Amino acid sequence: MKALRNFLDNIKPNFEKGGKFEKLHSTFDAFETLLFVPDHTSKSGTHIHDGIDSKRTMAMVVLALVPALLFGIYNTGFQHFLALGTEASFWEMIGYGALKVLPLVIVSYGVGLGVEFMFAQIRGHEVQEGFLVSGMLIPLIVPADIPLWMVAVATVFAVVIGKEVFGGTGMNIWNPALIARAFLFFAYPSKMSGDLIWVSGMSKGEGIVDGFSGATALGEAAVLKSGEGLGRLADGGAYDLWNSFIGLIPGSIGETSTLAILLGAVILLITGIANWKIMLSVFAGGYIMALGFNAIGVNELMNVPALHQLCLGGFAFGAVFMATDPVSGARTEQGKWIYGFLIGVFAILIRVFNPAYPEGVMLAILLMNTFAPLIDHGFVQSNIKRRLKRAKVNA
Amino acid sequence: MSDIIRIKRGLDIRLLGKAEKVFGQPETPELFAVRPTEFPGLVPKLAVKPGDKVKAGTPLFYDKYRTDVKFVSPVSGEVQVVNRGERRRILEVVVKSDNANSAEDFGTINVASAKREEIIEKLLASGLWPFVKQRPYNVIANPSDTPKAIFVSAFDSSPLAPDYDFIVEGQEKEFQAGIEALSKLTEGSVNIGVNNEAASKVFTSVKGAKVTAFEGPHPAGNVGVQIHHVSPINKGEVVWTVQPQEVISIGKLVLEGVYDASRVIALTGSELDKTCYIKTKVGANIKNYVDGNVKEGNLRYISGNVLTGENIGADGYLGSYASQITVIPEGDVAEFMGWAAPGLNKFSVSRTFFTWLCGKKEFQLNANLNGGRRAIIMSGQYDKVLPMDILPEFLLKAILTEDIDKMEQLGIYELAEEDLALCEFVCTSKTEVQKILRQGIGLMIKEMS
Repeated sequence: MKALRNFLDNIKPNFEKGGKFEKLHSTFDAFETLLFVPDHTSKSGTHIHDGIDSKRTMAMVVLALVPALLFGIYNTGFQHFLALGTEASFWEMIGYGALKVLPLVIVSYGVGLGVEFMFAQIRGHEVQEGFLVSGMLIPLIVPADIPLWMVAVATVFAVVIGKEVFGGTGMNIWNPALIARAFLFFAYPSKMSGDLIWVSGMSKGEGIVDGFSGATALGEAAVLKSGEGLGRLADGGAYDLWNSFIGLIPGSIGETSTLAILLGAVILLITGIANWKIMLSVFAGGYIMALGFNAIGVNELMNVPALHQLCLGGFAFGAVFMATDPVSGARTEQGKWIYGFLIGVFAILIRVFNPAYPEGVMLAILLMNTFAPLIDHGFVQSNIKRRLKRAKVNA
Repeated sequence: MSDIIRIKRGLDIRLLGKAEKVFGQPETPELFAVRPTEFPGLVPKLAVKPGDKVKAGTPLFYDKYRTDVKFVSPVSGEVQVVNRGERRRILEVVVKSDNANSAEDFGTINVASAKREEIIEKLLASGLWPFVKQRPYNVIANPSDTPKAIFVSAFDSSPLAPDYDFIVEGQEKEFQAGIEALSKLTEGSVNIGVNNEAASKVFTSVKGAKVTAFEGPHPAGNVGVQIHHVSPINKGEVVWTVQPQEVISIGKLVLEGVYDASRVIALTGSELDKTCYIKTKVGANIKNYVDGNVKEGNLRYISGNVLTGENIGADGYLGSYASQITVIPEGDVAEFMGWAAPGLNKFSVSRTFFTWLCGKKEFQLNANLNGGRRAIIMSGQYDKVLPMDILPEFLLKAILTEDIDKMEQLGIYELAEEDLALCEFVCTSKTEVQKILRQGIGLMIKEMS
């Protein structure tokens, strides 16, 4: 380690003001601080600090995303060979999935970090770690067959318009990864919806076994006719509760497996990185809303059992990894309950009432991101009022 | 004992190096200093020059705008030097002790018959006034105010804090006299906050004061937290605060008519070979106490505790309000992949380090920031360690945007730096919370005057 440290110290002057590679200062700084936690000590205020920093925080979230990523790789291969109707071994599925998914991850990180480094250099601040998470989220919320250039364009859009225009990590109004997805959804709808895009290979018309449909469970449920029952969503069907929970269904790469997502949730909750109030209230909001629809039950989508609803689409993924983003979410403790609950409610509401947008979670979270400051404002005002009231009582 | 108030939110940081309850006998230091920089907002005017002979209680400097607020020499001897900083700002007035302990005679006070003005006058003249602080703003009290109450916190809950029960042992009489004098200064009551688990007779048996017991993690011992739970400060109200050892000094003025700067301080911290308590005086040079008693390495010497104290160096002077010296490693080394390491020596409220499995382990923490500064990212971290009905994050943002109205509405009057120190400790983004709060308080003072 000493040799490495000395090497860094040796080349450091080149990257400082006036040095040969001055323009790469922020890049050097990013790698240096990645390798070594800086030797900065406290100059004012408390002399000791908690061991955690934003790098470790973000690294924990990325770690929590790993189960979803691994399952996504497997499922991409699984769905592909299912569609082809050919037998494939576990490792063949993994191999195929990895070939599809890893390039997306690489493009997302490469492009996103490139933009981040540029902004850090121009603004003269350190490279911020927020994108470590966004860069992993983006590939997990797109279909496996999406063209790489689209991911690149969406990533640039998300980082620049979603984050840097507001001042960088910690300043953004909306979740950057969701901005990327919303951008793709509205800019390239043909690549983000329909029955053909969710299973890798299908859009190219590769030999598909007869009777196979690549529609997602939600896409299928949306077109079910009243009174025909739940189709493949019914017990024993390909999209039944168990398969939806395990995640062996078509969908965005990381979103299908509720099980893998819950593993991530456990990591986030144990480490205390994500807020349990938000997570719990999103699920509660969704569950209650779905129960309500069950009671009305006008169309078949309303009839999908509440628990099943929570396992479909991006609901669990959104609840665990997106809604809990502290920057774009509500910041008051009471506000978090309302914020999370309404995300759950709106997600199911949009899903059920607007079949054109079966992916209601994305829109619900973006909507509540927008309203989070308003919710907080309410609770801040009530804090202020309590203080004023106390003064009057005493006076 | 009447009420018990249970504090739920907060954090006890378990550090190595708690002071052993024995008195160390190091050589009495020769040099003592009073530092104007310790008193926020003070513009000092010198009253002595190097070479002047002084007694304990002789003014060294005074407040330019409130000339009756005097800062006096803790010992008798000779003014050795006046150290100045940039733009000739006075940093410290150093007095070389002659070990004679001669003191100015201010005359005893008959508290029962004395008028309020008389007591204030004596406190001002004897140099004890700067120990009476006021909330809002946590600055030296304004003698012309009448506070709605006076608060004394009889225990310190901060990391490695000295045990006041041990410190005040045998000083019932002085403490009682001090409390009686203080109770003349307020229209309300003198409130003493004691530790529910253990509190010395000195505090619990005191007459003429309202005793409230507190229970829970730090900052339960912070006087600001106690005020918030007993009698919160609203706009326009003033509360005064005094620390227990300072009450005893006031008691000695009442009984003996002298300024007695004696303090018992705790010598704490992981880098000391031997921790103990020491009988010393305000402003003592700490060199004799730490020389030869510390471990190897680059160390940080703090007057006060690790959350709110001041970095004074190995040759520095004990602060006026301090009851503790803490020595910790400086930690100015770059750590390889520190953010990814399991971190078995790191303390964290988050459970991202495996140390949360280690039970009640005590930690050796250094002064490293453990990361880079960032914009505030995480939410709810501050709320978990501030047991007040205050939204610290929103208050900080109001300060950063210099929104005076919001600052007032969000409760800046109730806070001192020490109350938000834990917020600064836990902050993932390493925000300088205490510094920002002091800026806000500075703005408020400017705006309201």
